Amino acid sequence: MDGLTPVEQRAPGRWQIGTVTQVRRETPRAKSFRIELPMWMPHLPGQHYDVRLTAPDGYRAQRSYSVASSPLDQGEIELTIDRLADGEVSPYFHDVVVEGDRVEVRGPFASYFVWRGEAPALLVGGGSGVVPLMAMLRHRRRTMPELRMRLVYSVRTAADVIYADELADDALVTYTREPPEGWAGHTGRIDAAILSEAGRDAAIAFVCGSNGFVEAAATFLLATGFGAGRIRTERFGPTG
Amino acid sequence: MTDFISRGFRARRRTPAELADRLPPGQYAEPGFPVLTAGPTPDIPAEQWGLRIDGMVGHEREWTCDEFQRLPFETVPCDIHCVTKWSKLGTSFGGVSLDTLLEGVEPAGDYATAYSYGGYTTNLALTDLTGGKAWVVTEHEGEPLPREHGGPARLLVPRLYFWKSAKWVAGLRVMDHDEPGFWEQNGYHNRGDPWKEERYWTD
Repeated sequence: MDGLTPVEQRAPGRWQIGTVTQVRRETPRAKSFRIELPMWMPHLPGQHYDVRLTAPDGYRAQRSYSVASSPLDQGEIELTIDRLADGEVSPYFHDVVVEGDRVEVRGPFASYFVWRGEAPALLVGGGSGVVPLMAMLRHRRRTMPELRMRLVYSVRTAADVIYADELADDALVTYTREPPEGWAGHTGRIDAAILSEAGRDAAIAFVCGSNGFVEAAATFLLATGFGAGRIRTERFGPTG
Repeated sequence: MTDFISRGFRARRRTPAELADRLPPGQYAEPGFPVLTAGPTPDIPAEQWGLRIDGMVGHEREWTCDEFQRLPFETVPCDIHCVTKWSKLGTSFGGVSLDTLLEGVEPAGDYATAYSYGGYTTNLALTDLTGGKAWVVTEHEGEPLPREHGGPARLLVPRLYFWKSAKWVAGLRVMDHDEPGFWEQNGYHNRGDPWKEERYWTD
């Protein structure tokens, strides 16, 4: 072993203090935070970080947030956080955190709801469930733009669309409450027709959203012939 | 441990003192019962559900749904802790103790893999399953266990993070070695003790 440099344990297990370099408002409820990390390591699209807040009296709160950025963004991650009114971590990020603030995080974690670039994929997101899917879409655009990947994105109104200026031909938006004026595309909840059209040629499906949304989407996918083993889901319940 | 303080952070959701010491580190009290599943929800009609204990055992056992319902039934008051940070305090489940199920089985190994309809697995040491620490439950708070929470039956191991409490449980395979299960192969801790905050494999 002589001559080898001793290796200190790095990410993902250790807490580290990152610096917020950019705050971007996406929608009235969602903001994206770019965080520069001293112990950055590349994540797999779909992975999450844990965030820990500490009050002066030692009280702590932890939550998990999906990474929205591509791992090609070296040295930093982007977390998009939905503001939950009765939460305690998401309101802090929305109401307190500004550029230059330091935040404590560790990650990246979990390796099942991840796209490794291995196959054409169908992405199905409801509301802020689009966040981990955006990491996959962004990464695919930068690494293998010829590979088929479609995002089906269900939102209530035009004001609720996260990453609105980045959605291109590879994204299919459906408005469940109120479409924008003159909208000629899909409206209403996702259904088997939308999913089988968008999921043509897909070898794997990633579905993320509320439990009700995920349950509905998974049931439609099973009905269109997608095998259960090819459907990966991530559900968020009440958290914040 | 760091001495880092989050600028401008004040607790908004502090748990009442009488419950605070029941919350493991990094957890918060959640009145609801969130659903977390890695794939579609399996649909197993209760009358078709059955349970096996197999692997390295002196005597394999198998129960049909009817046979299982005739076993001694216990109500289990407990707190449950999900690795995604929520805890549900003061809930209860109803089912059959693993001590009852393992009677006469004569396990020849110290480990077990719980396996589920739908393909989910999780690994446990037998010492975490015996001695009044684990149950196969068919009821939650006096009602049949909902399908989205693992109905007709799930494992219940309240002392460990809740991914160890396999939903739609089909059986337990006793083994002479420890073999990581589904989440244990996907970044989560091999044992998952909430009081030691064993969330991820690096913890």
